Amino acid sequence: MTPHNAFLEIRNLTAFYGDFQALFGIDLTMDEGDTMAVIGANGAGKSTMLRTLTGLLPSKGQNIRFAGAAIAGQPAHLIHKAGIAMVPEGRRLFPSLTVEENLSIGASGKRKGPWSLAAIYELFPDLHDRRHHGGTALSGGQQQMVAIGRALMSNPRLLLCDEISLGLSPKVIKDIYTAVPLIRARGTSMLVIEQDIAQAMAVATRVICLQEGRVSLSGRPEDLSRAEITRAYFGFEADEPDTNEPAREML
Amino acid sequence: MTTAPLTRRKAPVSLIAIFVTIVLLAAAPFWASRGTLNMLMEALAFLALAQMWNLLAGYTGLISVGQQAWVGLGGYLFFALAMFSGLPLLIALPVAALLSGLIAFPIGWIAFRLQGAYFAIGTWVIAEVFRLIAAQFSALGGGSGISLSIDVVKSLATSRGARDMVMYYIAFGLGIGSVMIVWLMLRSKWGLAFTAIRDSEPASESIGIRIRRVKFMVYVATAASTALTGGFIFLQKLRITPDAAFSVNEWSAFIIFIVVIGGIGSIEGPILGVILFFTLRSFAADWGSWYLITLGALAIGVMLVDRQGMWSILKSRGVPVLFKTTRWFEP
Amino acid sequence: MEWVNVLIQGVLLGGLYALFAAGLSLMFGVMRFVNIAHGDFIVLAAYLMLSFVTFMGWHPALGIVAVVLVMGTIGYLGQRILLNRVLGKDILPPILVTFGLSIILQNGMMEVFSADSRRVSSGALDVASISLPGDLAIGAMPLLMFVVALGVLAGLHVLFFHTALGRLLRATSDDAEMVPLMGGNKAHVFALATMIASGVVAVAGIMLAMKTNFDPSAGPSRLLFAFEAVIIGGLGSLWGTLAGGVVLGVAQVVGAQIDAGFQILAGHLVFLLILVVRPQGLFARMKG
Ligand SMILES: Nc1ncnc2c1ncn2[C@@H]1O[C@H](COP(=O)(O)OP(=O)(O)OP(=O)(O)O)[C@@H](O)[C@H]1O
Ligand SMILES: [Mg+2]
Repeated sequence: MTPHNAFLEIRNLTAFYGDFQALFGIDLTMDEGDTMAVIGANGAGKSTMLRTLTGLLPSKGQNIRFAGAAIAGQPAHLIHKAGIAMVPEGRRLFPSLTVEENLSIGASGKRKGPWSLAAIYELFPDLHDRRHHGGTALSGGQQQMVAIGRALMSNPRLLLCDEISLGLSPKVIKDIYTAVPLIRARGTSMLVIEQDIAQAMAVATRVICLQEGRVSLSGRPEDLSRAEITRAYFGFEADEPDTNEPAREML
Repeated sequence: MTTAPLTRRKAPVSLIAIFVTIVLLAAAPFWASRGTLNMLMEALAFLALAQMWNLLAGYTGLISVGQQAWVGLGGYLFFALAMFSGLPLLIALPVAALLSGLIAFPIGWIAFRLQGAYFAIGTWVIAEVFRLIAAQFSALGGGSGISLSIDVVKSLATSRGARDMVMYYIAFGLGIGSVMIVWLMLRSKWGLAFTAIRDSEPASESIGIRIRRVKFMVYVATAASTALTGGFIFLQKLRITPDAAFSVNEWSAFIIFIVVIGGIGSIEGPILGVILFFTLRSFAADWGSWYLITLGALAIGVMLVDRQGMWSILKSRGVPVLFKTTRWFEP
Repeated sequence: MEWVNVLIQGVLLGGLYALFAAGLSLMFGVMRFVNIAHGDFIVLAAYLMLSFVTFMGWHPALGIVAVVLVMGTIGYLGQRILLNRVLGKDILPPILVTFGLSIILQNGMMEVFSADSRRVSSGALDVASISLPGDLAIGAMPLLMFVVALGVLAGLHVLFFHTALGRLLRATSDDAEMVPLMGGNKAHVFALATMIASGVVAVAGIMLAMKTNFDPSAGPSRLLFAFEAVIIGGLGSLWGTLAGGVVLGVAQVVGAQIDAGFQILAGHLVFLLILVVRPQGLFARMKG
C-alpha cells in the first residue's frame, strides 16, 4: 500500500456505457492544493472520468480514495458530502429556479466552509444584480458563473470543472479564469477539463492527457514539450505542429 | 452477437412442436368435451387479444389500458349489424371489425396527443366514453344490455353441435391467426422497424423510420383485430352489456397480466401467459378476489425481477425459441 | 338563476377534482411518474377515515390527522421500497406496477370492507346550506370542500416556492440527474414527493368519504377525473390544476342538468375536446 495518503488517488479506473467501454484503467494521483488540467480530444473519456468520480456513473470494485477514504461505489450524494463538487458539462442549471435559488441549492449538503452567497457575489459581481432572474435567462458566461458558484456553495475540497470555457468568447473565458486563482486561494483544489490547451497549461500545476480512455501523458506543464502534448492528444506525430497552433490562437 | 446467415435455420424441434399443437387444436372438436371446447375457445380468444396488446406495447411501446374500447365496440357493432342489417353473422363479424378500424383513425388521432403513461390513461378515458355512449343506445338495450335473438343465432347453424363447431373454428382462426400474423409481420420489413423502435426510438428515427406513422398504423390494426375478437367473444356469450363489453378488468387487466407475466416483446410470452392464466384459474376458481390479487402481485414481481417475464427466464434456462423472428442477428 | 346555481355547483365540485388531481400532478412533475393506482389510494384513504371515525369512533379531527399520517407513511415507504426500483426511461414497469397495485388495492378493500357502498356522515353539515340573495343556495359541504382545496393548493404553493424542500423538488423536476450533485439523495427526495402527494391524496379521500357514497371499485373513475383535470389545466401547473378541476366540474354538472346519465360523459367529452383544440392544456408549464 502507498505509505502517504494522497488527496485523490485513482487506480485502474474503468467505465462502461452498457457494453461500451469508455475508460481502460486510468491511474491518477493529486495532492491537495493542486490544480490539475485534463486535456484530450473529443470522446477521449474526460467527462466520463468525472462522472465516475462523482458517482453519477456506477463504478464497481474500483479503487478511488479521496481524503483518506474509499469513495468508489458510494452513492453520488455521499461523495458530494465528502467534499467533491462538479460543474457539469453544459452547465445544467435548473431553469425553473432563479439565480439565487440555483446557488442556494448547491448548499443542500450543508458542508461548512468559506463559501456563501455573499462570497459568490463577491467573486462574480455580475450575478448579484441578476440574482432574481431565471437561472437560464442569462448570458452563457453568466450561466457558467452560476454553475461554478453553485458547485462552490457546497464548500468542496475538490472542485471538478467540465469545459467551463465551452462556447464562450475569449474575453468571457478570461473573466472566468481569473476566478480560478481566487478559488484556489480559499483552499479548494481543482480538476479542470479544458479543450483549450494553452489555457489549461496556464492555470494548471499538473496536466494529464487522455486518449481513447487511457492516460497518454501526465506531468507538470513546464516539463512538457509541445511535440509530446500533440502526440498524446492526437495519438500521432503532427507533421507540422505549427499549423495547428496559430489556428487555435486565432479563435 | 454472432451473425447468422440470412437463410432460415432449421429448427426441427420447435417446428414439430408448433405443428403438433396446431393439429391437436384443429382436431379439438373431435376429441374435446363440450366444457373443454368452451375453455379452449375462451383461451384462443384471449390469446388473440394478448398477441394484439403485445404487438402494441411490446413492439411499438404504446401502452394502452383501454383496449376494452375495441373489444366492446367490436361486440356492439357486431350485435347491431347482426340484429338490424340482416347481414349473415359470418359477414357481420369482419364488417364490425372493419368499421372499428375506421373509427380507430379519429380516435387514435386524439389519443396520440398524449404520450407515455398519459397515453395509457387517455385510452382508458376513451374506453369509458364508449361505454357511456353504448349505455345511451336504447335500441341496444341501454345500460342493461341486449341478447342475440335465437333466430339470429340459429342462422349460424341449426344444430347446437354444428354451431359449436363453427364457433370453435372462428376461435381457432383468431388465436392461431393472431400468432401467425404477428410472426409474419415481425419477419417482414415491418419487423425490423418494430425492433428498431423497441431498441431505440431516436436511432430508428435517424435511419428514416417514420415512427409516428408506424405506431399509428399498428394502433389502428390492433384496434380492428381486437374488435374482431370482441365480436366473436360476444357472439359466444350471446349477450352484451356495456359493463361487460368495456370491462377494464377483463379486457385490459387480464390481458396485460397475461402478456407481462408470460413475457412481453416475444411471441411465446403471450402463449405462455395464456396457458398460465387458464391453469391458475382452474385452481383458483373459488379464490374470489384473491385470484386477482395474486395476478397483480405476480405482475409486480415480474417487473421487479425480470421485465421480460417467464419466457425470458425459460429462454435463459436453454428452452429453444419457437418463433424465430431475427433475420440477421442472434442476441 | 338556475344556471347560476348550476355553475356554482360545478365550480365547487371542481375544487374536489383539483384535490384529486394535485397529488397526481405533483408526482408526475417531480418524477415523471404516473400512478395508475392514484384513485384507489384516494378510496383507501376514504376507507381509513371510515374505519377510524365510524368503526373506531374517533373524533373526526383525530381521524383526519391519522389518515394523513398513515397515507404519508405508506407513500414514503412505498416509493422507497417499491416504486424507486422501477423508475427509469422505460415507462412500462411503473405503469404495470401501479396497475398491479390498483388491482390489489381494489380487491383487497373488497375482501376487507365488502362491496357495499359506504359514506362517512358529517352530521348537520351534510344538509346545511347558505342562502344568497336571488334564490341562490350554496351547500355548506361543497363550499367547505372548495375552501379546503384552496387551502391545500395554497399550502403546496408555499411549500414549493418558499421552502428549501420545495426548491429541491422543483430542481428535481427540472433535472433529477443533477440532484445528487447538489448533495440531495434522490431516493429520499422522490419518497418525500410521494409522501406529500399521499398527504394530499389523504385529504382528497377524506373529502370523498364525506361527500358521496364510495365502494372498493370507486378508484378508477377518480383517477380519470384527476387525470383529466391535470391535462386540462396543463402539465406541471399547480393553479392550472384548479382551473382544470373547475372546467371538469362545471362540464359534469351542466351535463347532469341536460340528462342524468350524461354527467360523467359530458366531463369526458369536454376533456377530449380540450385535448383536440389545446393539447398542451390551459396553463402548461411543462412538456409531457
Ligand atoms: N451516455 C452515453 N452512452 C453511451 N456512450 C457514451 C455516453 N456518453 C459518452 N459516451 C461515449 O464514451 C466515450 C467518452 O465520452 P466522454 O463524454 O467522456 O468524452 P469527452 O472526452 O468528455 O469528450 P468531449 O470533449 O466531446 O466532451 C465517447 O466515445 C462517447 O461516445
Ligand atoms: Mg466531455
